Amino acid sequence: MADLSVNFAGIKAPNPFWLASAPPTNSGYQIMKAFDAGWGGAVWKTLGVPIINVSSRYGGLNYRDTRMSGFNNIELISDRSLSDNLREIEEVKKYFPHHAVIASLMVETKKEWEQIIKDVENAGADGIELNFGCPHGMCERGMGSAVGQEPAVLETIVGWVMQAAKIPVITKLTPNISNIEDPGLAAVKGGTDAISLINTIKSIIGIDLDTFAPYPVVDGKGTNGGYCGPAVKPIAMNMVRQLAQNPEIARTPISGIGGIEAWRDVVEFILLGATSVQVCTAVMHYGFGIVREMDSGLRRFMDERGYNTIYDFAGKALPNVLEWKDLNLSYKVVASINADKCIGCQLCYIACEDGAHQAISVSSDPANRIPSIIEENCVGCNLCSLVCPVEACITMEVQPPEAAPVTWEQLSEANAIPDSFNDPRAGGNGHYVPEPRLALRK
Amino acid sequence: MAEYTRPQSEEEFQRNFKQKKPLMNSTEAFVESSRCLFCYDAPCIKACPTHIDIPLFIKQIHTGNVDGAAATIYDQNWMGNACGKVCPTQVLCEGACVLNHAHVKPIEIGRLQNYATRQVIEADKPLYRKGEPNGKKVAVIGAGPAGIACACELSVLGYAVTIFEAHEKPSGLTVYGTAPYKITNEEALSEVAYLQKQLDFDIQYQSPIISEAQIRDLEARYDAIFLGVGIGPTSSLGIPGEDLNQVIGAVEFIQDLRFKKHHLQIPQSVVVLGGGNTAMDAASESARMGAEKVYLVYRRSKDAMGAYWFEYDLALSAGVQGVFNASPKEILEKDGKVTGVKFIKTVLENGRLSEIPGSEFFIECDMVIKATGQAKMGDFLKQIKGLTLDTSQRIVVDPIRYQTTNPKYFAGGDAVNGGAEVVNGAYEGKQAALGIHLYLTGDFRPENPKPKL
Repeated sequence: MADLSVNFAGIKAPNPFWLASAPPTNSGYQIMKAFDAGWGGAVWKTLGVPIINVSSRYGGLNYRDTRMSGFNNIELISDRSLSDNLREIEEVKKYFPHHAVIASLMVETKKEWEQIIKDVENAGADGIELNFGCPHGMCERGMGSAVGQEPAVLETIVGWVMQAAKIPVITKLTPNISNIEDPGLAAVKGGTDAISLINTIKSIIGIDLDTFAPYPVVDGKGTNGGYCGPAVKPIAMNMVRQLAQNPEIARTPISGIGGIEAWRDVVEFILLGATSVQVCTAVMHYGFGIVREMDSGLRRFMDERGYNTIYDFAGKALPNVLEWKDLNLSYKVVASINADKCIGCQLCYIACEDGAHQAISVSSDPANRIPSIIEENCVGCNLCSLVCPVEACITMEVQPPEAAPVTWEQLSEANAIPDSFNDPRAGGNGHYVPEPRLALRK
Repeated sequence: MAEYTRPQSEEEFQRNFKQKKPLMNSTEAFVESSRCLFCYDAPCIKACPTHIDIPLFIKQIHTGNVDGAAATIYDQNWMGNACGKVCPTQVLCEGACVLNHAHVKPIEIGRLQNYATRQVIEADKPLYRKGEPNGKKVAVIGAGPAGIACACELSVLGYAVTIFEAHEKPSGLTVYGTAPYKITNEEALSEVAYLQKQLDFDIQYQSPIISEAQIRDLEARYDAIFLGVGIGPTSSLGIPGEDLNQVIGAVEFIQDLRFKKHHLQIPQSVVVLGGGNTAMDAASESARMGAEKVYLVYRRSKDAMGAYWFEYDLALSAGVQGVFNASPKEILEKDGKVTGVKFIKTVLENGRLSEIPGSEFFIECDMVIKATGQAKMGDFLKQIKGLTLDTSQRIVVDPIRYQTTNPKYFAGGDAVNGGAEVVNGAYEGKQAALGIHLYLTGDFRPENPKPKL
């Protein structure tokens, strides 16, 4: 029976499912309800000098009939008084002494940092998260992502905090930066106990075609928001991976954030090195109850594979994430269509024909809708298997190797690759390309 | 026991004849349109007799370009709204949907089509305009789907078109002969009104073309003539008792029902003779009008029926009882009123249907509806010189241009195909218009872009 409990940089929690600092953690009421529903921790909506919010704050990106596959917001940090928040932190800890309550903080001066750290420690918070990520509003005032984008400033503030704090400190990073390792290293140098990422990505979610104002519209105008939800998950996972693979950061615990909604997302983040995860958009969409599915799925995954704790598989995907130059160039897969499952939509045909390598043909007999793979033209790109609407109909079959494994790096070292346009070997690898004029007959 | 109680009011009538394909709301249309795979070389397009670019209009609905969706539909089919409601989509576009092969419910193409076209009709948003007048005049006989489609297409090509219609209303069998749960009169008529308003063709109602003199007159006044005359009244069975008052043809019965609605008197017990879709409609309708017993009697086996299986299912669900391998011999009466039908059992032997001697039996009823086929318009058509009819009295036409053997005459719809769907009439009428255009100008471009607004 899997034990989901975690000790994240000294912050203990019954499970790794935490709520990210966001609207669902705006109040003690919501957090108590969440803990009751099964969440193991919560990062309180960022405390600071209370702000004033605008009305109309969120925007959704819908894909087909799927609502909020992406989500953006222009809401700021907590608009409630510090004393109310502190009182409620204390109350939550009284009811849930073994759950993780983490205070997200955002202030400006060293003195303010020292004071607010003392306040949340006195209230009983188990840890602190530094909000260096918010990409709208607060950054205009020199806080949030304005700090996260300046590694030197970030390092300095982390240093102040570490001097003042007695409880564990998590530094939350913004993805609005060219290389996430720069602020990651700065946080580590500043002495942070842990890192969480990603915060939201600067975004414009849409434009009202009648008023030409960006969503969410505030009195006919708008501003960039912070983008999150399922659509950002791949970006977040890569950033988590980058930090987890950096030898100077690797020992620092990472809390993964970005588009997490189901158990599979949780497992993927853990496999890439996260040892707790934070969720916001999925709760804003479906409520606290989704944790039941995450809990059940994670337990089943662990039980089936005999993992006792999440640390048994944390980071297990990292050795398999290489640089491109280290991939085996001799490996080859070829698409295969299961004719019994094929429903004849021919999406694979047109995707390959117009979008890839012209390696699928359709029959001239209109009664036969099942396409065929032209194996000698197939480069093994996967596209057909990705567009196919039928489960497990198109599979990519591994071909017997024609040559010993070899990488670009090895070829480079052996001087076996073209290094100029004039190089006689610079003619590509000769896969099929039809004559341009053949296009006009279609 | 009857499934339906007798409708006493318009409201109760509408309840008994609830639309089989009700108008989608915007959420339904959004969710349903999201399911379309956007197949390459889509089978639904090929299955549509008018070749509407179905994946495109579904995508247009989904992306909020509903007017564009309506234009995609009308570009191919002038009866786009009616076809969305009355087409047997189960055996056409929806039957061809590849999702069927995955045992997933096919896309509700008919209802999506209706959703898009209803929006432009109700908002009265014109999509086309009349072409520059080319000085040529065409007479169209019959304002059914074929005639209307022909008139629309000719109008965008710049012809002055006059339709001569025997009835008081346009749309032909869409209004006069379709089961009321498939489309309402209001909806069918609104589409023609919508098209007529933007394309400005003339319809002369209550103007039957019957005589040879009228034909000569039309030939003198018009450059070409389109025959969209459909088929005639229910043909005779040739059995005793057929002339009784309570013996009625299915087409006439449905026409009565569509206009009298709940005021139409249906007796307790009805026998419907026939095995085609019209028989299914008439049986279903009798049951929905509250008849206690409705027998659908067909002289061959259930499997030999011409009706679509889903139309038979619909009749069964309304409480109709099927009787097969029974041939009517006589309609019985007492004091001039129908009391029942005498049948004889039949058997199929060596491909021949024969009666089983001594197997006569009776079904008591108060009314008989004959859905055993309609007479053709042969007598009228024979007055047109040089017009060739086939052995079933259908007009012989060129299969692309729909030109008859008298080059001035073109034809389409039931008069050519012997009785098919609205969508077939719409296709043939449009093709004939392109054929007329070729005949009068030498120009035949089925892909002619239509002048759009």
